[in-house]
Amino acid sequence: MHIGSTVTVSFRALRRNAMRSILTALGIIIGVGAVIAMVSIGNGAKSMVEAQIAALGQNVLLIFSGSVNQGGARSGSFGAGTLTIEDADAIQREITTAIAISPEVRTSAQILANGLNWSTQILGEGADYLNIREWPLSDGTMFSDADVRGVGKVCIIGQTIVTQLYPDISPIGQTLRIRNQPFKVVGVLAAKGLSVQGTDQDDLVIVPYTSAMKRVAKQTMLRSINVQAGNADLIERTQNDIISLLRQRHRTTEQTDDFTVRNQQEIADAANATSNTMTLLLGAIAGVSLIVGGIGIMNIMLVSVTERTREIGIRLAVGAHGKEIQLQFLTEAVVLSAFGGTIGILVGIGASELLSRLNHWPTLVSATAVAVAFLFSAAVGMIFGYYPARKASLLDPIDALRYE
Amino acid sequence: MTPVVKIEDVHKIYDSGEVKVHAVRGITLDLYKGEMMALMGASGSGKSTLMNTLGCLDRPTSGTYLLDNIDISTLDRNELADLRNEKLGFVFQGFNLLARTTALENVELPMLYGKRRVRSREMQERAMHCLDIVGLSDRADHFPSQLSGGQQQRVAIARALVNQPQVLLADEPTGNLDSKTSVEVMGVFQKLNDEGITIVMVTHELDIANYCKRNLVMRDGRVVSDTPVANRSIAETEMKRIHEAEAAAKLIA
Ligand SMILES: Nc1ncnc2c1ncn2[C@@H]1O[C@H](COP(=O)(O)OP(=O)(O)OP(=O)(O)O)[C@@H](O)[C@H]1O
Ligand SMILES: [Mg+2]
Repeated sequence: MHIGSTVTVSFRALRRNAMRSILTALGIIIGVGAVIAMVSIGNGAKSMVEAQIAALGQNVLLIFSGSVNQGGARSGSFGAGTLTIEDADAIQREITTAIAISPEVRTSAQILANGLNWSTQILGEGADYLNIREWPLSDGTMFSDADVRGVGKVCIIGQTIVTQLYPDISPIGQTLRIRNQPFKVVGVLAAKGLSVQGTDQDDLVIVPYTSAMKRVAKQTMLRSINVQAGNADLIERTQNDIISLLRQRHRTTEQTDDFTVRNQQEIADAANATSNTMTLLLGAIAGVSLIVGGIGIMNIMLVSVTERTREIGIRLAVGAHGKEIQLQFLTEAVVLSAFGGTIGILVGIGASELLSRLNHWPTLVSATAVAVAFLFSAAVGMIFGYYPARKASLLDPIDALRYE
Repeated sequence: MTPVVKIEDVHKIYDSGEVKVHAVRGITLDLYKGEMMALMGASGSGKSTLMNTLGCLDRPTSGTYLLDNIDISTLDRNELADLRNEKLGFVFQGFNLLARTTALENVELPMLYGKRRVRSREMQERAMHCLDIVGLSDRADHFPSQLSGGQQQRVAIARALVNQPQVLLADEPTGNLDSKTSVEVMGVFQKLNDEGITIVMVTHELDIANYCKRNLVMRDGRVVSDTPVANRSIAETEMKRIHEAEAAAKLIA
């Protein structure tokens, strides 16, 4: 018999028991659907984390006060301020591979403008901050180095501030009061939207870090320093140079460090490891349901072989070879599972679409997952269909015909 | 001329554990092309067993079987299957049609397993032709459950014919039929036999056996008589007589 007629015969047989075929395929549909949906959720989370890390900017290093290298009674990261403006100046001066740096302070404050008020986060940064973060302005200009040196009363604002305080007028050139200090708005940031955690990234005001320290927060210490290395190959060297410079300045050793330097890659790796584990775990759970689906197919195929013993006998009697019977049952199993796989892929894509709509979970249907799930479901049919098919092929024509 | 079927001292012993049943005890038989033989005998005398052996569905326990000069004891399982497909047509005692499969698809079945690939167009045409021979071309897309016993039997005959076999083996082809339908089936057989197909059929009824050219009677696995039919019935004439009788009955009623 030829493969074409085998497939025809298999389809005829499956059609004869349409309801049973659909129920059998349901196991695979659910299995594959679950795999696709789970992997989509995992991938979506991963891509969001990646986007967030990319949003930190290119080749970025982050220095923050406090140490996370050891336990004991040390404060955690961003704990007691230990980084000073002098540290930042020294890095700027001595680390030649660092092309841009931006010292950072953070505080939150009530702001007033246009007769309206709003509570928001105030970020004190250097003039290079937006370059490091690769965050464009939608209007106006970034404050300058001179503004930073001169403790200037200038600020740039996020889109949320625009909607909250300047609903009808252009904010550029307007005055904004932060803790009762007037600041002139010189620029408006492009919209960034929600972060993975769901916080509004556009709800902020950026002022020169000097102004933030002296006029707003009244602090003398920096929270962190953003550093951009010249290129990806220089990241590690820059990181090491910064560490030895700060150790020298703070008179610390690896054991007593009161600062931490993280590069973007390390942050990305940690985040990726988490989301990879999650994807794998979700995929594995879904994979189990696929195997359960396969067992369902085997069960039905076994029933089918017993039930159709007479049919097998007739086919053998009119000249079918054992191999052809085996091929027929195997094809039936594979057609069932591949059909289930195809529907399952559609269900999975639909489910992940639904999840991202309803729960605002990021999902990403990957072509690899679709291909793997389809091949895997066909393989499940092949593996679990093999035994029943083999059993059918070994029947003796006379015994099979006589079977009641 | 060499016989199409030649069996020599064939024995068949069913060995189902404790009891051994000696169903066929040494049968020697030659069948030539164009013969039409009725196989008769009491229930349990070994007719079906002999037919299964002739049909290459089962191997004899001992003895030789030459089909068209091929010694079937030298063939493996698959070669036997090919032989059944190409040279033999088998009509089973209980029709053995595939359920929930149309008459046409049932008749197409042997062509699916042929060595030569048959296009589905040709398959349909040949199956329709065979259904036409048995007078069922108008029921091609009916399922067995929608056909009467006689019609199912005729579908089974069409299936046995579709690969143009040399030998047609029919185990009680009229066993479940009324006498009129039986005559119809015998008409089909006689027509096929006239075209050169060798036919062996099992029957319990003497008048049916009388449509054949040769009668073989078995008892306890042995041949007890093997006689040519002297005054053979012709199905066509018989049908005419039945029709006339029916018409007469209608007139009276
Ligand atoms: N598979 C089997 N296993 C054991 N014994 C069997 C088997 N098939 C048939 N027999 C025995 O062989 C003997 C002959 O059986 P067979 O079926 O050939 O009879 P038959 O002449 O066709 O009878 P009937 O007219 O009732 O169909 C019987 O005694 C029967 O019980
Ligand atoms: Mg019998």
